[in-house]
Amino acid sequence: MDFQLSDDQRALRSGMRDLLGAVFDRDRMRAAVERGGALDRALWRELGAAGFFALRLPEEDGGVGLGLPEAVLLFEEAGRALLPGPLVATHLAAGRVKGAAEGAAVVTAADGDRPVAHLADADAVLAGGGPLDGEALRAFVAAARPVRSMDPLTPLHLPPPEPVVGGPGRIAVAPGGVAGRAAFAPGRAPAYAGRLRYEAALLSAAEQLGSAARTTDMAVQHARERQQFGTPIGSFQAVKHLCADMLARTEPARAAVYAAAVTGDPLEIAAAELLADEAAVRNARDCLQIHGGMGFTWEADVHLHLKRAWLRAATGLTEAEAEEELAAGLGAAPPRSGSSAAYGPGRSQAGGGA
Amino acid sequence: MDLTYTEAEEEFRRRLARWLAGVLPGLPPKPSPDDWPARRAYDTAWQRMLYDAGYAGLHWPVDAGGRGATPTQHLIYLEETEKAGAPYVGANFVGLLHAGPTIAAEGTAGQRARWLPPVLRGEEVWCQGFSEPDAGSDLAALRTRAVRDGDDYVVSGQKIWTSHAEVADWCELLVRTDPDAPRHRGISWLAMPMDAPGITVRPLRTLAGSTEFAEVFLDEVRVPVGHRVGAENDGWRVTMVTLSFERGTAFVGEVVACRRTLDALADEARRTGRWDDAVLRRRLGRIDAEFRALWRLTQWNVAESARTGGVPGLGGSVFKLRYSAARQELYEAAAEVLGAPGAFDLDREWALDRLSSLSYTIAAGTSQIQKNIVAERVLGLPKGR
Repeated sequence: MDFQLSDDQRALRSGMRDLLGAVFDRDRMRAAVERGGALDRALWRELGAAGFFALRLPEEDGGVGLGLPEAVLLFEEAGRALLPGPLVATHLAAGRVKGAAEGAAVVTAADGDRPVAHLADADAVLAGGGPLDGEALRAFVAAARPVRSMDPLTPLHLPPPEPVVGGPGRIAVAPGGVAGRAAFAPGRAPAYAGRLRYEAALLSAAEQLGSAARTTDMAVQHARERQQFGTPIGSFQAVKHLCADMLARTEPARAAVYAAAVTGDPLEIAAAELLADEAAVRNARDCLQIHGGMGFTWEADVHLHLKRAWLRAATGLTEAEAEEELAAGLGAAPPRSGSSAAYGPGRSQAGGGA
Repeated sequence: MDLTYTEAEEEFRRRLARWLAGVLPGLPPKPSPDDWPARRAYDTAWQRMLYDAGYAGLHWPVDAGGRGATPTQHLIYLEETEKAGAPYVGANFVGLLHAGPTIAAEGTAGQRARWLPPVLRGEEVWCQGFSEPDAGSDLAALRTRAVRDGDDYVVSGQKIWTSHAEVADWCELLVRTDPDAPRHRGISWLAMPMDAPGITVRPLRTLAGSTEFAEVFLDEVRVPVGHRVGAENDGWRVTMVTLSFERGTAFVGEVVACRRTLDALADEARRTGRWDDAVLRRRLGRIDAEFRALWRLTQWNVAESARTGGVPGLGGSVFKLRYSAARQELYEAAAEVLGAPGAFDLDREWALDRLSSLSYTIAAGTSQIQKNIVAERVLGLPKGR
């Protein structure tokens, strides 16, 4: 057992951090805020070229051939940098929707009655009956209602309230993908079924983890620099303990998210999502508090983390679903997902960096 | 990120599980919680069995009489013994986890030869004399004095929260040997024989009604200078070696036990119909998420210490902070599963555990002190008030 990042995984993570530092620095992030989160297609293609979307496709299909643990590291960095866009949906659409793997297409998801992100920019929408594009997508967009999004980096639509009349989506399938025409399943079905539902939850949890770690860093830096009563506010226990609590939320969430990525176990993913959502939301709240009046301003970045964290917490499994699934797995009678195996197997794929 | 165990580690696990399955059914019944001599006898007999089977001092270095096991093997050992329902470390706790590792790290060859083998064989029991009435979280404020008189120190003062004091042979004792030095630089570490004249032990009754620990009064107790481990006035540094062990893998077995309790709570709630309450179900599901994460964090910390050479890192403070709160939440939920009057009946399982769990955010460094440690030593925030 060596539950630590491998050298390749460290390289992959720092490569992603460097890339985002180069193509999505703070100025570009704030520019994205000012244009209401409208997507930068060139940035999307750069992510595609770096292998962000094709990461888990087999190499023979033009992918990078890595696994969930590596994907989780990339999504953690994305969450750290507040990278906008339907990252999870496009990543999961790679190999299923043409252009997704390369970042040529923007794919979002319509998940039940939850708001749909980046619909105006989307080339396809993952919906209950399969991906929508072409006519079906246009009908869906026409019937959806834009809302004034709380998160300035994520434009939102409410899904159509009624079944939309429209032709079945003409689905272009990438080479090697499973062919099939999506029957247009209207509005309110879950976007993901089976394994994809948990992968979506895990990748979103990884973004939450990155955000939680980032707001911890921001709070600690501010607490070191900001002086009141003639001393850094970080020397006061009231502030110190908020910072310690933030780390004590981040690190267990990190262990849970990484382990869930290695095992792929649905219950571990449910647990990871619960901890990561809590860490992201509550850390952003504490970070805001530590920033004092500045934390309440548009200019400070902390509100962007909080709003994104709130929004992501409303995706994936709901808190109730995750807790109920975990509860159902408790007890001597219904065996844990492989009782001793719950402590056991799973090895992340070895492999090079993207 | 690799959560698989190597074939050698799996073989270690299988061999240990086979041995446990063979010996545990033959153990005598557990003694009454208030019969301290019987508890000592039970705990030391178990330690002797571990010694004979080659499992004593598993993670101690080989040159200290240990087995030199890797952190991962130690993790497996703690996991398997807990899963099999083996006896706890009990009266051997201080010897195996505090005093022993300190002597192994800082003692002379003669001191190691004198004190370590009896700990491993279950022949001698140690207790800890660190805290004082006015030196709790602020341990460096301790005032128990040791004055040189020929080849002895003459020790006077008072210690508190000393577990197993009534049945211990030795006490790892922190004393002030230089009252004029800066307070961290005037402390020494002594091994005090508990049968020396001048020692009075007065049991303290906990809020759970039991006598888990004691006050120890020292009135001109003579301790040979040769019983000092480390240099005179260097006891603070010597002690920190010990405390980092306490915050390392000390809770592995307990996390496994808590997860088993959670399963039992779910079974009990299903049996009584309390399971129909969605709020309670979700509460138990949330606690499960917490303990799953704590288990994975344990593996993360163990793998980290395996990479860095076996020294438990500061990750232990984050773990303890979170674990102690989770344990209290577990037994709060247990009270809800029991319902009234079960939760108020001390003969029901979990009712007493709820009371003992209250010590977890206090003992071995309060949660507030842990937060200071995390903020100052991990996050690098300035020292202050």
